[in-house]
Amino acid sequence: MKVSSSTLDQQILYANVMNDVYPDEQGRFGPFGGRYIPETLVPALNRLEAGVKRYLHDPDFQAEYMAELHDWIGRPTALTYARTLSKRWGCEVWLKREDLAHTGAHKINNSIGQVLLARKLGAKRVIAETGAGQHGVASAAACARVGLPCTVYMGAVDMERQAPNVGRMKLLGATVTPVTSGDKTLRAAVDEALRDWVTDPNGTYYCLGSAIGPHPYPYLVREFQSIIGREAREQMLAKAGGLPDIAIACVGGGSNAIGLFHPFVKDAQVQLLGIEAGGTGTGLGQNAASLAYGKPGVLQGCYSMLLQDANGQIHETHSVSAGLDYPGVGPEHALLQAAGRVSYAGVEDDDALNALEECCASEGILPAVESSHALAGARRWARQNPGKKILIGLSGRGDKDMPTLQRTILLGKI
Amino acid sequence: MLPREHIALSIRDAESTGRPAIVAFLTGGFPEPDKFHELLCKVAEVADVVEIGVPFSDPMADGLTIQRSSRVALSKGVSLQWILNTLRDAVQKPKAPILLMSYLNPLLAFGFDRLPQAAREAGVSGFIVPDLPYEESEEIRGALDAYGLALVQMVTPVTPDDRLAMLCKQAEGFVYAVTMTGTTGKQVAVPDEVLAYMDRVRKVSSVPVCAGFGIRNPDQVRLMTGHVDGVVVGSALVEVLERGEDPVAFLQGLRS
Repeated sequence: MKVSSSTLDQQILYANVMNDVYPDEQGRFGPFGGRYIPETLVPALNRLEAGVKRYLHDPDFQAEYMAELHDWIGRPTALTYARTLSKRWGCEVWLKREDLAHTGAHKINNSIGQVLLARKLGAKRVIAETGAGQHGVASAAACARVGLPCTVYMGAVDMERQAPNVGRMKLLGATVTPVTSGDKTLRAAVDEALRDWVTDPNGTYYCLGSAIGPHPYPYLVREFQSIIGREAREQMLAKAGGLPDIAIACVGGGSNAIGLFHPFVKDAQVQLLGIEAGGTGTGLGQNAASLAYGKPGVLQGCYSMLLQDANGQIHETHSVSAGLDYPGVGPEHALLQAAGRVSYAGVEDDDALNALEECCASEGILPAVESSHALAGARRWARQNPGKKILIGLSGRGDKDMPTLQRTILLGKI
Repeated sequence: MLPREHIALSIRDAESTGRPAIVAFLTGGFPEPDKFHELLCKVAEVADVVEIGVPFSDPMADGLTIQRSSRVALSKGVSLQWILNTLRDAVQKPKAPILLMSYLNPLLAFGFDRLPQAAREAGVSGFIVPDLPYEESEEIRGALDAYGLALVQMVTPVTPDDRLAMLCKQAEGFVYAVTMTGTTGKQVAVPDEVLAYMDRVRKVSSVPVCAGFGIRNPDQVRLMTGHVDGVVVGSALVEVLERGEDPVAFLQGLRS
């Protein structure tokens, strides 16, 4: 479990990444990933892993999943040419519109897949954690659709800043349990969901919402989210006349980013750029940029890059976006960074909010604050690389962010 | 004798008196870092093994009590390094063998290269790592083994028989048989199936078996007598400390 910085090791990782060999049998993405959980959960994870092997690529299961993506979620989502942003930024800007997916974000691609899998595995109830509330809403909706009871754990801080989503989850029939332990955000919600799961590992299915956690979750979430990149790749070829020069997505845990990136990883000519939450600055506690400022460690089931202090205590994070406000990151992103296949950069709160405003005014699209980080990162890249073709993962819509926006960019304007 | 052998020996010694051994859990530096070592020595007079919890920011296997005590300890600056220094530098040594209970990340941050030697110098006999399943344990197990330190294995009521046999075969110090699915700090009933499960663990284990999670009162200890070699008392003891009551009297009471 060591992260090497040697060039040779990086070349080996890069070659392996280009051959799509990860995760390995132990659930490792190079040095990252694995399964670090209490013994009580080992049998449940073994069952889940067997279930993933049995069903994930089974034609009947895939047919059922694809039918839900098409008829219930409304996929494929559009690829929109951003006419005004293209002019303003001096690049060709394409938006992959996950905001148009049912429930308003990419999270539903994973939730419906996992809830269908939960039913196959005979689960009696589903639990989920949520940060921005999008995964909670998506899981509540998927459970209503499939007919399973759902409990969502949500940090008390997040319940306040994403209030509209709390009501939506309740309407969709879920029980929303406020989490007042720890930092009262996404990370505390994951801890609490794990505590629930450890209490009933046989009957409960944990529908994890990001590409984090113990094996096989990072793999499972990637597979369900890769629909984003597969569609976008085809759409770029059909509508934009070729692959993009770069694909850009925001990264918290990293599910929408891995979903967009993974189908492009083998296209060596396509640059990939993940945008982390730069918060208010570079100091520990001012941001949630674990790939930029983190060190390797184990949190919530996997070995990855973490914002932590010298004693291995997980540090509190800050981001204007609840969905990116997480001190860790999916192990596959840690790998893609170590291998040099994907680069990662931070965008600060103000810049993201500014990009949100620009996207609203220019394109008539209100993006989520999370997705606005990708927009701001793209804008910055565009200025340095004029004339290029940029694909942006617009991971969700911003309606849920109205309380935050009222307190920030709308302050004094209404 | 290797440090890890002290653990089993102490448990077997206690058991020969006809009562299960007591493994007492204290959160490191809780309630007061300055008075912790004194508390530890007092508790080690009555307990047969003392488990010191290294506070962690994300104790996913712990219930509210240990989350709370961990948070208090962290806020007072307690760390793995502080615990090891305190144990190493103290003149009076605790009478019972000491185990450290730590989530993996503080151990990783400390470094597996320096950990075993520092632990041994501090008089620690072994580790319990609640978020480290056997499959991921090779590296730390090897490092601890070189210094004669135990890596205590947990088993649970949902561990399948073949896995139980495999885990117990590799066990060092004692087997930590978790009484129930769930986090620490609840209260476990002791129905026949729990006793049957303990018997099942004991049958395949070459080291002592200690039951933990939810042990709070002498009735539970009495019911478990004959089915386990020891009991682990954690949250209930931390709550005694929170209320400012006498931990020694509480632990003695468990034996009555």
